[in-house]
Amino acid sequence: MNVRLLLFLLIWPTSIWAQGFAGLGTDAEGFSVPERGYVFDFPADHGAHPDYRIEWWYLTANMQDAEGRDYGLQWTLFRSALIPDEIDGQIFMGHAAVTTPDDHYVTERLARGSLGHAGVTAEPFEAWIDEWQMVGDMEVLSLKAGSDEFSYELELRNEGPLIFHGDAGYSVKSAEGQASHYYSLPYLALSGTLALPEGEVEVTGEAWLDREWSSQPLSDTQTGWDWFSLSFESGDKMMGFALRQTDGSVYTYATWIALEGETQAYPDGALSATPLETSQTSGAEVPTKWRVELPDRGVDVEVQAINPNAWMTTSVPYWEGPVTISGSHKGRGYLEMTGYE
Amino acid sequence: MLLRARDVSKTYSIADQTLQVLRGVDLDLAASETLALTGESGSGKSTLLHLVGGLDVPDAGSIEIEGTDIAGRSDAERAHLRRTDIGVVFQQFNLIPSLTVADNIAFQARLAGSADKEWIAYLGQTLGLEDQLSKYPEQLSGGQQQRVAIGRTLAVRPKLVLADEPTGNLDEASAQTVMDLFLKLVGETRAGLLLVTHSKSLASRLDRNVHLSVGVVS
Amino acid sequence: MIRTTLAALMSYWRRNLLQLITLLAGIALATALWSGVQAVNAEARASYDAAAATLGEGRFDHLRAADGGSIDQETFVALRRAGWLVSPIVEGRINGVRVIGLDALTAPIGIAPVSLTEQADLGAFLSGGGQIFGRPDALAALEGTVEAELIADPNIAPQTLTTDLVFAQELLGREGEIDRLLIATVQPKQQATLAEIAPNLTRISAQSGSDIGRLTDSFHLNLTAFGFLSFAVGFFIVHSAIGLAFEQRRPMIRTIRALGVPLNILLALMMVELILFALIAGVAGVILGYFIASALLPDVAATLQGLYGANVSGTLAFRASWWATGLLIALGGTTIASVSAFLKLAKMPLLAGGQIRAHVMVAGRRAAVLAILAAACAVLAVILAATADGLVSGFALLASVLIGAALALPLILDQMLRASQSLSSGAKAQWFWADTRQQLPGLSLALMALLLAMAANVGVSTMVSSFRLTFVDFLDQRLASELYLTVEEDRAKEITGYLEPRVDAILPIVSAEAQIKGVETEVFGARVHSTQRDNWTFLDAMADPWDQVAGGAGILLNEQLARRTDTWPGAIVALGGQSFEVVGVYGDYGNPIGQAIVSEEVFAELYPEEIANNFGLRISVDQVDDLLSDLETQFGISSENVINQAEIKAFSLQVFERTFTVTAALNVLTLAVAGFAILMSLLTLAAMRVPQLAPVWAVGITRRSLGQLELLRALILAFFTILIAVPLGIVLAWVLLAVVNVAAFGWKLPLFLFPADYLQLAILSLLAAALAAFWPALKLTRLRPAELLKVFANER
Repeated sequence: MNVRLLLFLLIWPTSIWAQGFAGLGTDAEGFSVPERGYVFDFPADHGAHPDYRIEWWYLTANMQDAEGRDYGLQWTLFRSALIPDEIDGQIFMGHAAVTTPDDHYVTERLARGSLGHAGVTAEPFEAWIDEWQMVGDMEVLSLKAGSDEFSYELELRNEGPLIFHGDAGYSVKSAEGQASHYYSLPYLALSGTLALPEGEVEVTGEAWLDREWSSQPLSDTQTGWDWFSLSFESGDKMMGFALRQTDGSVYTYATWIALEGETQAYPDGALSATPLETSQTSGAEVPTKWRVELPDRGVDVEVQAINPNAWMTTSVPYWEGPVTISGSHKGRGYLEMTGYE
Repeated sequence: MLLRARDVSKTYSIADQTLQVLRGVDLDLAASETLALTGESGSGKSTLLHLVGGLDVPDAGSIEIEGTDIAGRSDAERAHLRRTDIGVVFQQFNLIPSLTVADNIAFQARLAGSADKEWIAYLGQTLGLEDQLSKYPEQLSGGQQQRVAIGRTLAVRPKLVLADEPTGNLDEASAQTVMDLFLKLVGETRAGLLLVTHSKSLASRLDRNVHLSVGVVS
Repeated sequence: MIRTTLAALMSYWRRNLLQLITLLAGIALATALWSGVQAVNAEARASYDAAAATLGEGRFDHLRAADGGSIDQETFVALRRAGWLVSPIVEGRINGVRVIGLDALTAPIGIAPVSLTEQADLGAFLSGGGQIFGRPDALAALEGTVEAELIADPNIAPQTLTTDLVFAQELLGREGEIDRLLIATVQPKQQATLAEIAPNLTRISAQSGSDIGRLTDSFHLNLTAFGFLSFAVGFFIVHSAIGLAFEQRRPMIRTIRALGVPLNILLALMMVELILFALIAGVAGVILGYFIASALLPDVAATLQGLYGANVSGTLAFRASWWATGLLIALGGTTIASVSAFLKLAKMPLLAGGQIRAHVMVAGRRAAVLAILAAACAVLAVILAATADGLVSGFALLASVLIGAALALPLILDQMLRASQSLSSGAKAQWFWADTRQQLPGLSLALMALLLAMAANVGVSTMVSSFRLTFVDFLDQRLASELYLTVEEDRAKEITGYLEPRVDAILPIVSAEAQIKGVETEVFGARVHSTQRDNWTFLDAMADPWDQVAGGAGILLNEQLARRTDTWPGAIVALGGQSFEVVGVYGDYGNPIGQAIVSEEVFAELYPEEIANNFGLRISVDQVDDLLSDLETQFGISSENVINQAEIKAFSLQVFERTFTVTAALNVLTLAVAGFAILMSLLTLAAMRVPQLAPVWAVGITRRSLGQLELLRALILAFFTILIAVPLGIVLAWVLLAVVNVAAFGWKLPLFLFPADYLQLAILSLLAAALAAFWPALKLTRLRPAELLKVFANER
């Protein structure tokens, strides 16, 4: 067994995709727990919350080159606390990926907070691990990551409002009430350069930044999740997830983001996501074509992976990649699937 | 018919010479019949005995034991026959030096899986070996050793006993004793006996005599 | 049938216990020596692997502060943020044990303690309380002094403890300090240059550092050769024991077959019997091997530590794989040793082979076959000697020399005995020589064992002694300066200025990495001085090589480089855009990579950025102590930075003494095995001798006299064998030094002869032979006349 992988199962006991490894550290002893009615405070809340067990800065993007070829991109910094509030107890994990219709490049970094080669500061905003970084003032951000195979250097410009999910940023994840604080910046315009093995590519597109922190995000009976961020040609956007439970049922949630930035939260049951096709990836077999329905908004779409083999061969593996949308609405988006391995 | 040999030929090549030892021999032996095979040295007596015992195969001709030709049988089948139905007493005593007298007597019967303790005990007693049972062959005299070999052969109650000058290595007195015992016990087992000997007096004690001369029955 | 047959087969051994013991002891000894030597090698290699894994040395390039000091954490962060995947290591000693702190999150895979993953508590490893991994003996050094959890892990290097970086920094009182940065093999595409980020760090490549495995290969090769020879000796014993037993059982086999057991079943049962013996003896052998290895290991460990600075655990961990390999060796050896016996048996016709052939005469066809085989081995050896270019062919050469000599031994001895016979006069002497010739076949396997044991002893001791002489000579050449000084680069000028008037000469030692004819080479700039002219010896050189180097046009190469590129004096090589003439090739033992020397001036021109901070100082010996204390008071240069040549030499010699302890122990063991082989052969022959001796006794030679003659015979045969073994051993040493060494390491060691040692060995071998022959001879002397008389009475 891969040494790194084992390390990870230990470090991320409460991370969402480790739920399959039942019951590890599900108590929130010593850590703060998300509360309904929390009042966000920016720019401080763009930074780290070391009193919570886990947190992430999660950016995905759909991009095209000059010829209109599709690309997907991921830049993620995870924070996990072994001990609340102490810098010694903070561990960071960075994931970066670029997906083309034919290839999927993945890389990963690890760091502890105490040495200083990874961290997050709110003002000025900077999230970094090694030479990777997301830095700027939340209106303009520069983004960088890479490996021995690929790298990218991009500029992001915020063109819309900040969106809160759930009840004003209090996002419930199960019937038992597990929750996280969750907001997004879904209106990031992106431009820059991807350096891939086949050469450099100039790209433009749209990015979506998710910010989420919690101490106890999933219940024991939840085995994984399927998460969608969809941008329709109409200008509307939707974030939705379905948490799969051991009894075969799902717990769903959706945020509808209208063109003007107004949001509506849909509780459990409003959204449905049905797998239509599965693909054998370099990791597990996962659904790569979905039917996603939100009848209240007239949404009945097929979501199709641009590259079915967007398997993240990281310490804790999962699937993350760009998708195209067809049906009642057209557009592009990102799909994340965990708990299939 | 216990043994029925027809037109048996055997040639040996030694160095550059070929030696035809048997040239079409016919031989019959009925059950419980005793037969002496006589002839000069080199007449082929021992060779015929070896062929009948399945220790070697003839070049031509057939050798039937109870109607089955053994010439065409495999090594393993012939070995099985020797183990169970045919007993051979050699001129040299051919005992296993590292086994005791008792184990030597029981050896072939154990190989055949038919060791009859009472019969073996009787043989030991009759052959006058009771006091020698825990000794090793090298501690016995020649006559005693041949008695052990006879005991070993008869312990299986073979249908056919083959003996090649069994007393050839013994002095006259012990040869007489051993042969008396041998013939008595063969009679008791009702086995057929084919005895190779050059002794006329010994041959005369058997039911029938066949003389071999230069590879043919004369 | 099977049980009865097996019981009969086994009854033979019950009645011939001595043969059984010979067979079992032969297998056990061969297995023991082989597995013992393998165990020593395996333990040492495991230690290197653990060291490499723990320290990352030899596998990963690393960064060090150019001034030899520590690296601060900011530099580490700056490198990481500039795209350098480096991982920090802090090292220190607590209670004499090496403590290594590492960062499990950035460490290259395989560096962090393996059991970290098994113990499944990374949280504990990373945070505060601490977990310390190490071998039990190393952990014991910390017992009670720290509060951390101590976890035993045999995969950690000996005398080393591994823990989290931050915890180690706390333990060592070195918060925020880093000693080395390991550089991951795979690095991002985009990366700033080292000079931009951390100009004060130097990159040390994995190969030029301390690839302990390669340096010590030479030593292990020697041990392996010894193990191989020991096994061969044991194998001969087994072969002879099996051969004898099969010969003696021929009548019994015939009888059993005649009584109706098919040949294939009989053969299968005999194989089962042998496998059983091999397994029993193999188990005994492995256990014995363990004790041999345990006894040798402390000396081996000391040798390796001293010679190469390699840490090897002095205690042996019993590894499960030994059982497997030990038993496999026992089974394999027994199988090979019995193949010919089985083949003979399988071909034996039922009606023949009833007679015991006490031995096979070396006569006619068989002698011819032996002679042809021996000649084939000799031809093969000559071809291999000319063409061998790798370890495998080197070992093949060794094997063909040894097997050829062993096969030829009976023929040569027979000729020697024939010559002695023709020179002797008198009936008794004539009979003695003739009878000895007749005994030869029965004894030849034991004598072959003696030959191999003796030759191995001569060979290995010649090799080790030659190595010592060469190495001591080499140290004199290389460590000609009385003192060696290491200073910080920026103080070099100041200190050399101070030293200038106080010493006879200052010889800077400065080097750079380069490629010569495509081979990785360390180029040195030398200040040519009488020191080199007086001390250096060359394997091949033009006239006045040092003057030519000083003149700027000449370059010196080490032997490895010369051999690898086939470049010898007179050739021209290119370096840094200039051409140099090779003016000399020097021996450079123990160094895996190429080396070249140019003059100080040329070097400065080629590598202006390299500044010397190591110096050799020539000074008269009585001033050494004063200078040392002056350096201490004037510049605060502690003894750590000054190496006293006399101490190094004394230390090296001491190390060699430990090496000799190992060699001597193995010598005694192999000789003992050979002696045992002779004893067993004589004892088994003794019984068969009676019919041969009886007539001689009958015609009036007393038993006492016969006994004396038997003893004398053994001594004469041993003596003749020794006469052949000494030159064979020297050939063996030559193969090891001049062929195997060159093939394996690129340098040739000169061969020296040690006649006094050989004489001593010869006496020891004669003694072994005499001891072995004494008991059988004594038995003969005490043979009851009745036994002899039986020969005449017991006609069959």
